[in-house]
Amino acid sequence: MKITLGAVSKPYSALKMKTGDWGTHWPKVDEELCTGCGTCEMFCPDMCIEVVKVGEEEVNGKIKEIKKVKVNYDYCKGCGLCAEVCPTNAIKMELKDIYKV
Amino acid sequence: MKFFFSSGHGACPGCSLPIAVKNVLYALEGKCFVVNPTGCLEIISSQYDRSAWGVPYIHSVFENAAAVAAGIDAALKALGRKDEGHVVVFAGDGATADIGIGCLSGMFDRNHDVLYICLDNEAYQNTGNQQSGLTPPGSNTTTTPAGKILPGKIGRKKDMVAFALAHKIPYVATASVAYPTDIRRKVKRAVEFEGAKYIQILCPCVTGWGINSNETIKVAKLAVETALYPIVEYENGELVRVRKIKERKPVEEYLKIQRRFRHLFKHPKGKEIIEELQRIADENAKRFGLDE
Repeated sequence: MKITLGAVSKPYSALKMKTGDWGTHWPKVDEELCTGCGTCEMFCPDMCIEVVKVGEEEVNGKIKEIKKVKVNYDYCKGCGLCAEVCPTNAIKMELKDIYKV
Repeated sequence: MKFFFSSGHGACPGCSLPIAVKNVLYALEGKCFVVNPTGCLEIISSQYDRSAWGVPYIHSVFENAAAVAAGIDAALKALGRKDEGHVVVFAGDGATADIGIGCLSGMFDRNHDVLYICLDNEAYQNTGNQQSGLTPPGSNTTTTPAGKILPGKIGRKKDMVAFALAHKIPYVATASVAYPTDIRRKVKRAVEFEGAKYIQILCPCVTGWGINSNETIKVAKLAVETALYPIVEYENGELVRVRKIKERKPVEEYLKIQRRFRHLFKHPKGKEIIEELQRIADENAKRFGLDE
């Protein structure tokens, strides 16, 4: 049975709603301090932080992945939780250019 | 789409509901049928043609989420499709403790295989902060405003954990959004049991509690560290695990950063309420052995 009538919404159709312009601040990640631990990814209420692999390095003969955080500014509402929970203080909240006087 | 809950939902910046939801769905690997009564979560995630969900989702009315979940469970059993996923209810504290408590009791009584998650933001925050059964004493809400005579809500927070335990269901636990790994572990543990499961997660509300958007996690942590919100876990009626507190903080530290408790520090009856809250915290610490 296929139901297409009535109030049926497709999965993830909320992606149409770009919430990136809600906030006044946005997070900037310091690539040097970021260890790619994923704490901010776990806490981000808008699912716009992702830990991505940027390369590999050799530590004591073992190949280890280097991970860094990538922020999707299309949806970030600028709440600042990621900067609050970051264990290495790699994330700073910065005022957007259009709000600078 | 790692978390089965997408960006673009309409929650306030810093809202803790998506944090709880995404960690629960992540722990279940998206294998679930979600039932959601009316409340903040429904409003933010299921506007028409703007669904944030990546799992089967049904919105029911305020009072019958538990009954709808019981129906889904019975249907899955009858059709022999139990292996397709768990039935999960995400309900607010009003839908759990006040409006839906009858259906919830019935579902617990029949012991349906349902994981019931109460997202506890301690008032009806969707309609603008009206008091519910889970509002703590002293809280300033629009239906219990702090004025010249009354210092906010009179009475205690309803003990929903004891309510769930009284039904002799196999798994009852509380959690806080400040500890997502704990939420994930508890959800994974809960679905190992056959029967009704109840998890209550503390979700601070930015607008209703009057906190900054980046303080949600801090407040959720302070509620645990002052012992006002004990993190406990019961399996088959036995207390198996509690989150110990290293250095218990006085309740004032938790109260003073929230707008809904701000009046307590200058109201003539405020001191009484603070003392009562401290007594509740001490009672919790003693009852569950929270101090290390």
